[in-house]
Amino acid sequence: MATKKNSELLDFAALVNDQEKDFKMVQILNEKGEIVDKDHVPDLTDDQLIELMSKMVWARVLDQRSTALNRQGRLGFYAPTAGHEASQMASVYAMDKADFVLPRYRDVPELIQQGLPLYKAFLWSRGHVEGNNYPEDLHALPPQIIIGAQYVQAAGVALGLKKKKAENVVFAYTGDGGTSQGDFYEGMNFAGHFKAPALFIIENNEFAISVPRSAQSAAKTLAQKAVAAGIPGVQVDGMDPLAVYEVMREARNWAIAGNGPVLIETMTYRYGPHTLSGDDPKRYRSAELDELWHQRDPLNRFRTYLEGKGLWTQEKEDALIEQYKAEIKEAINQADKVEKQTVTSFLKNTYEVQPQNIVSQIETYSKKESN
Amino acid sequence: MAKKTMIQAITAALGQAIEQDDKVLIFGEDVGKNGGVFRATEGLQEKYGEDKVFDTPLAESGIGGLSIGLALEGFRPVPEIQFFGFIFETMDSIGGQMSRMRYKMDGTRQMPITIRAPFGGGVHTPEMHSDNFEGLIAQFPGMRVVIPSNPYDAKGLLLASIHSNDPVMFLEHMKLYRSFREEVPDEAYEVPLDKAGISREGKDITIVTYGAMVRESLKAADNLAKENIDAEIIDLRTIAPLDMATILASVKKTGRVVVVQEAQKMGGVGNTVVSEISQEAILSLEAPIGFVAAPDTPFPFGEAEGIWLPNANDVEAKVKEIMSY
Ligand SMILES: Cc1ncc(C[n+]2csc(CCOP(=O)(O)OP(=O)(O)O)c2C)c(N)n1
Repeated sequence: MATKKNSELLDFAALVNDQEKDFKMVQILNEKGEIVDKDHVPDLTDDQLIELMSKMVWARVLDQRSTALNRQGRLGFYAPTAGHEASQMASVYAMDKADFVLPRYRDVPELIQQGLPLYKAFLWSRGHVEGNNYPEDLHALPPQIIIGAQYVQAAGVALGLKKKKAENVVFAYTGDGGTSQGDFYEGMNFAGHFKAPALFIIENNEFAISVPRSAQSAAKTLAQKAVAAGIPGVQVDGMDPLAVYEVMREARNWAIAGNGPVLIETMTYRYGPHTLSGDDPKRYRSAELDELWHQRDPLNRFRTYLEGKGLWTQEKEDALIEQYKAEIKEAINQADKVEKQTVTSFLKNTYEVQPQNIVSQIETYSKKESN
Repeated sequence: MAKKTMIQAITAALGQAIEQDDKVLIFGEDVGKNGGVFRATEGLQEKYGEDKVFDTPLAESGIGGLSIGLALEGFRPVPEIQFFGFIFETMDSIGGQMSRMRYKMDGTRQMPITIRAPFGGGVHTPEMHSDNFEGLIAQFPGMRVVIPSNPYDAKGLLLASIHSNDPVMFLEHMKLYRSFREEVPDEAYEVPLDKAGISREGKDITIVTYGAMVRESLKAADNLAKENIDAEIIDLRTIAPLDMATILASVKKTGRVVVVQEAQKMGGVGNTVVSEISQEAILSLEAPIGFVAAPDTPFPFGEAEGIWLPNANDVEAKVKEIMSY
C-alpha cells in the first residue's frame, strides 16, 4: 500500500491567487485633478497640455453632436464615446502621423484625429462607401465591426513596418469583451513571436453591451493576459490623460526599439448606451455605478489640473465648443452634398479585372440606376 | 391563440422548449439579463434561471465549441450567434465539427444543436450584420438550414429544430422580426423540417423562394393576379436539404418557374434549385427558368440597400418575362 504523502505537490490556490499583483493600475493625475506621481508627469509644454485638453473637449462635443444628429435621423450607426476621451485622445496624442491605426467601431475620434475628414466619418455612419474612401496618407483601416479581427491584422501590419524598417507602430484598439476572442490572443502571440511593433489597447469600459467585464474571464485584470504571449502588459487609469499619454509614449518607444508589442488596458467607462440602435443600459447597470464613474471624469480632472496651472478657463472652453460645433455642422452639410452611391460602382470595385458575371450585371444595374 | 410577431413566436418557442425538455440550454452573447439584442430571449433567464439561460464570454468559436461539448454530455444546446455575419468566427465548429460528427463516428454520436442567428437585408445595419451567407452553411452535409418566413412557421420550425437530433442552423430574417403579426397557437407544435410550404396556390407559374422574399413574392403575385397571371409560391422553409418533391410537383403542374433569393446570385441555394429542376423536370418546362437574385458584390452599404436588394417589382418583371416567353 502506498504511504500517504505529507503534502500535495501543488498548491493550486497559491498558483492562481494574486496573479494580478504585477498589474497595478498606473495613475498620474487622480480624479480630483491632483498629481499623484510627480516623478512621471509627462514632459509636455503648456501649449501641448492645452492641445491635449482641447482634443478631449472636441471628442466630447463630437459625441454630443453625433448623438443629437442620430436622433434627428441625420446620422446612422453610432457607438457613443463619452467617458473614453482620455483613453482615446491621449493615446492619439502619443501617435506619429505615420503610425497605423486599427480601430473598432467606437474609435472613430482617433481616426479623425489621424486625418479622416469629419464628413467621411459621418458618411461611414450613414452607410456610404465614400466614408471608407481614405486619403493615401491616412494609415488606418475603417472601424472594425468583427470583434477581434483588427488584432490579428495588427500583427501583420506591425511585421510589415518592421520589415520596412519604418520607425512606426500599430495602435490596435478593442474593448474588454474583445479580449475573449481567439483572435485577441493570436494577434498578441504573433506580434510577440515576431517582435513586431504593435500596441494592443484594450479600452476596458466595464461592459460588452450588457455583459460585465467580470463575466468575460476569470482573469482579474485583462493586462495580465499579456503573460501568456510573453509580452509586457500594463493597466492604466483610462480617465487620466497624463497616465495614458505617458504609458503610450513609453510603450511606443519600447516597440520601436525592436522589443515587440505591448498590451495596454485602459480603465474607462462608457457613459452612454452601447450604440444608438436600441440599447438601454438601465437593463444591465446601476445608476450608482454610472455615478461612480462620472466622478472620475477625464475632462473634469484635467480641467481642474490645467486651471490650477492657469492654463484653462471656462471662456476658453466655451469658445472651443462653439468652434467645434460649427465644424461639425459644416461637415454634416458636406456629407449631405455627396452623390448617392450606386450598385454599379460597387460591382466595378468587387474585382480588379471584371469577370463575365460582373460585366453583365454592370450592364443591368447601370440601366436600372440611370432611370 | 394570439397574434404574435415573428420574434414573439420565437421567444415563445424557446420558453416551451425549456419546459418540454430540461436538457435544453440557451446561451450566447447578451442573451441573459439583456434578453438578446433583439429581445428574442427576453424574460427567459428570469423565468427559467441562469442554469438554463446564460451569457457567454464574447467569442463565437467558444460558443460553437461549447455547444458541441454540451451535446456530447447529453444536453440540447440552443446557442445564439448575435448576427449571422459573425458565423465565420465559428465556422470550424459548424462545417468542420458538428455537421460531420454523426457520420465521422459511425452513427454513434449525435449533435442536437440549434444555432439561432438573425440575418437579412433592409434594416440598415453596419457591415457584416445582414449578409445572406445561408448558402455557405447549406454546403455542409449533415447540417440542416432552416429559414422561416412568418411567425407561425417560425415557432413550429424552431421547436422541430430543437427536437431534431441533427444540428440545425436556424436563420431569422431581421426584416421579418416585427414587420407583421399573425395567429400563433399558444400550445407547442411542430412544422416539419425538410418540407416546403405552399404560400399561395396557382396554376400558371411557380415561384420558389424563402425568407423575406416570400413576402415580396406574395406582393408580386397580388399584382400579377390583376393581370390574370396565377402564381404558385413555394416557401422552401428548410433550404438544406431541399424538399424537391414539392418543387417538382408544382413545376410539373405549371410548366414555368422563377427562383427568387435575397442572396447574391453566385453559389447559393437558388442555383441548387435551378439545377435540380433542370435535371428532373426540364421536359415539363415551357420556358427557361427565371432567376431573381442580388448582384455579385458583398452585401451593400446601408444607404444603397434599396437598389441592391431584390423586391416585388423585380419578381413581377421576371414572372412576366417568363410568362411571355
Ligand atoms: C465577432 C463579433 N461578435 C459579436 C459582435 C456583436 N457586438 C458588437 S459590440 C459587442 C460588444 C463589444 O464589447 P467590448 O469589446 O467590450 O467593446 P465596447 O463595445 O464596450 O467598446 C458585441 C457583442 C461583433 N460585432 N462581432
